[in-house]
Amino acid sequence: MAKIIVDGVEVDVPAEYTLLQAAEAAGAEIPRFCYHERLSIAGNCRMCLVEVKGAPKPVASCAWGVRDCRPGPNGEPPEISTKSPTVKKAREGVMEFLLINHPLDCPICDQGGQCDLQDQAMAYGVDTSRFHENKRAVTDKYLGPLVRTSMNRCIHCTRCVRFTAEVAGVPDLGALWRGEDMEITSYLEKALGSELQANVADLCPVGALTHKPEAFHYRPWELTKTDSVDVMDAVGSSIRVDSRGREVMRILPRVNEAVNEEWITDKTRQIVDGLRLQRLDRPFVRENGRLRPASWQEAFAAIASRVKGTDPKRIGAIVGDLAAVEEMYALKLLMESLGVTNIDARQDGSMVSPVYGRGSYLFNTTIAGIEDADAILIVGSNPRIEASLVNVRIRKRWRAAPPPIALIGEHSDLTYPYEYLGAGPDTLSELAGGRHSFIEKLRGAERPLVIVGQGALSRPDGLAVLSAAAQLARDVGAVKDGWNGFSVLHTAASRVGALDLGLVPGEWGLNAQTMAQGEVDVLFNLGADEIEIAPGAFVIYQGTHGDRGAHRADVILPAATYTEKSGTYVNTEGRVQLANRAAFAPGEAREDWAILRALSDVLGHRLPFDSLNALRAKLYSQYPHFAAIEMVQPADGFAAIQALANIGGTLGREPFVSPVKDFYLTNPIARASGVMAECSALARELKLEAAE
Amino acid sequence: MQLDRIAQSLLLKEFISGFVLTVKYFFKPKATLNYPFEMGHRGPRFRGEHALRRYPNGEERCIACKLCEAICPAQAITIEAGPRRNDGTRRTTRYDIDMVKCIYCGMCQEACPVDAIVEGPNLEFSVETREELYYDKAKLLENGERWEREIAKNLAKNAPYR
Repeated sequence: MAKIIVDGVEVDVPAEYTLLQAAEAAGAEIPRFCYHERLSIAGNCRMCLVEVKGAPKPVASCAWGVRDCRPGPNGEPPEISTKSPTVKKAREGVMEFLLINHPLDCPICDQGGQCDLQDQAMAYGVDTSRFHENKRAVTDKYLGPLVRTSMNRCIHCTRCVRFTAEVAGVPDLGALWRGEDMEITSYLEKALGSELQANVADLCPVGALTHKPEAFHYRPWELTKTDSVDVMDAVGSSIRVDSRGREVMRILPRVNEAVNEEWITDKTRQIVDGLRLQRLDRPFVRENGRLRPASWQEAFAAIASRVKGTDPKRIGAIVGDLAAVEEMYALKLLMESLGVTNIDARQDGSMVSPVYGRGSYLFNTTIAGIEDADAILIVGSNPRIEASLVNVRIRKRWRAAPPPIALIGEHSDLTYPYEYLGAGPDTLSELAGGRHSFIEKLRGAERPLVIVGQGALSRPDGLAVLSAAAQLARDVGAVKDGWNGFSVLHTAASRVGALDLGLVPGEWGLNAQTMAQGEVDVLFNLGADEIEIAPGAFVIYQGTHGDRGAHRADVILPAATYTEKSGTYVNTEGRVQLANRAAFAPGEAREDWAILRALSDVLGHRLPFDSLNALRAKLYSQYPHFAAIEMVQPADGFAAIQALANIGGTLGREPFVSPVKDFYLTNPIARASGVMAECSALARELKLEAAE
Repeated sequence: MQLDRIAQSLLLKEFISGFVLTVKYFFKPKATLNYPFEMGHRGPRFRGEHALRRYPNGEERCIACKLCEAICPAQAITIEAGPRRNDGTRRTTRYDIDMVKCIYCGMCQEACPVDAIVEGPNLEFSVETREELYYDKAKLLENGERWEREIAKNLAKNAPYR
């Protein structure tokens, strides 16, 4: 710790702090453009100038460490001033320089109202300029379908360059020329090749980079802000949903150090148009092979007439990837009351199961915990497309001090170098048998981390692979006091919640694959669109979009998306998070739990709750950990890994294949989105180009 | 005293003085206006019916910055914006003013950075139904075309004081 006096107030801060951080610790506000907590320090905007006692001229506080300051002649702590006339004059000068080439087209700029330059010019600038010459003009660059450029507005803070190079790991952006002529460019007019590219528009302190799909559509002051959670992958990024009237206008990241820091993927952000396209806004009933619009009563009557005469053994339920805990719980209670045991939430055929303990299917290490790992083995996963923000954490860990990282599975660019061990279970057993050098690195590590992805588990021998990975993790000492390095990475937002609820086939129950192949007569499909259901069964589809599930349905019950209901989601770490309602479902669509409650009445097995609160009270009394919002209930790692290791089984020979074929089109909302379709086409093109 | 009063009554003094006053005003210039055919003076800052203006080359002035919508104290203005199809510039796809809500405060024209929305000199826009007072973009642009000459003159007169 080091002492420093900021504006006459003495504070004690860590010696590695910069003056800017020290000033913030002392409560002084420092304006800045180029400085960002999560990026490297550039020190090129000069807005954060402060006066250091004894220094001949103001210094950039973001790039000057507390330990770099000299103490006073009698050993007094160094003294800085953030409010002196010199500082004010310096800031006014910097602001005048910044505004010399800034076009001042705020009225047509999308950043208007949320612009750092606008705000800081009001607070620290002067109202006149002495510059009467022509302003600089820069041609706009093409950066792909998500980022719109207006390069006249650029103030050369290089946040975007640093983000793509450091966090996203895709060095697609850079600067050409220098001084006033500097231009931010992708060099070859190429679209950015990152799944995190839209974050650069959030980082841009001016309107040089803005979001292309939503260009000109809203002003920030018109929007109602709702804190929520993302369901595009199992990471559960914290988001803020901004809506105007009934319509969701944009989705922004929220700072959550434990999960997504302050980044979100492009899919999370630009899904917005998918929320209003292809929506199911009224019930449908299939008659003579065609779906016709119907009323809720007709739809329920059609279901009741089919369910009443059917043996519970011939009824089944499949739960999709976007379902919240509330409706899964309601569905579970309904199926229990009907005496149905055929219920499954693993439409991809994943073999994870709650019978081996909660620790057997959680990302036990936690996402923030990746930063402590000192050897990482990834089995059957491509974290870059399955859980981009987990990949960002691994990259962050790699940047801090590269640990040994190895991959078994599909070879692909993960934005950091890794040792490629092999493609399938053979390599895993080789590694476990000690016939591979990487095992020594895992054994030597203090906190080894084994990540098992769905590519390794969604296959007939998934349980054996999970067992083998658990044996390996146990043997290298991945589970010990204070460290649980055995982590399962999920791809579906609903999965961990469903497993916590025990939504897997009960005794003699059928799993999702068997049900879909026609082993049941009545199939209740709660938003499962990634599974092909064979003809024959009477399918009730409760979902949001006219996707695969709705096409195969005999009765469609229109439901609400994650922005239109209050729902609990549990992410891959087991973190319970709440999504709040930002808008209302279109037309006659209703919240999922309410549909199930109404249906239960018609089926003669009324569910014991009339409101969401009553449902939650019952849910929390049965599963108390769902009440701990934002918390991770740590699982018993030793018991789980022991149980898994004891399963054994024979491994197959097929290589691990990631379940995510196309990052941009993984769920019905994304497939309805035009922006995602464009991104997907472009990504395919980039891939082909790279292959050539 | 009494004689005096009698003489005044007999000689109709009050009647005559009143009549003289009437005749005097009869020949004076009239203060009243024959309204539908005559209009009183309206200053260049008169705040009448709204209009959306165009540039002399026919280009819409409005750039959909939404400042008028933001400033409007009666929340009478509704704007939806997006890139224009042919050139991608920022334009309104919808510009509605609810003239029933409007309080004619003139804040919208003060907020406008491009002098697109103005309150013109027209005050004769009474209609028979409420619906006719929900102005849309076409109606406002039509007003702009109709009143452009007067609006431009008034703006020029007011320019030195802005």
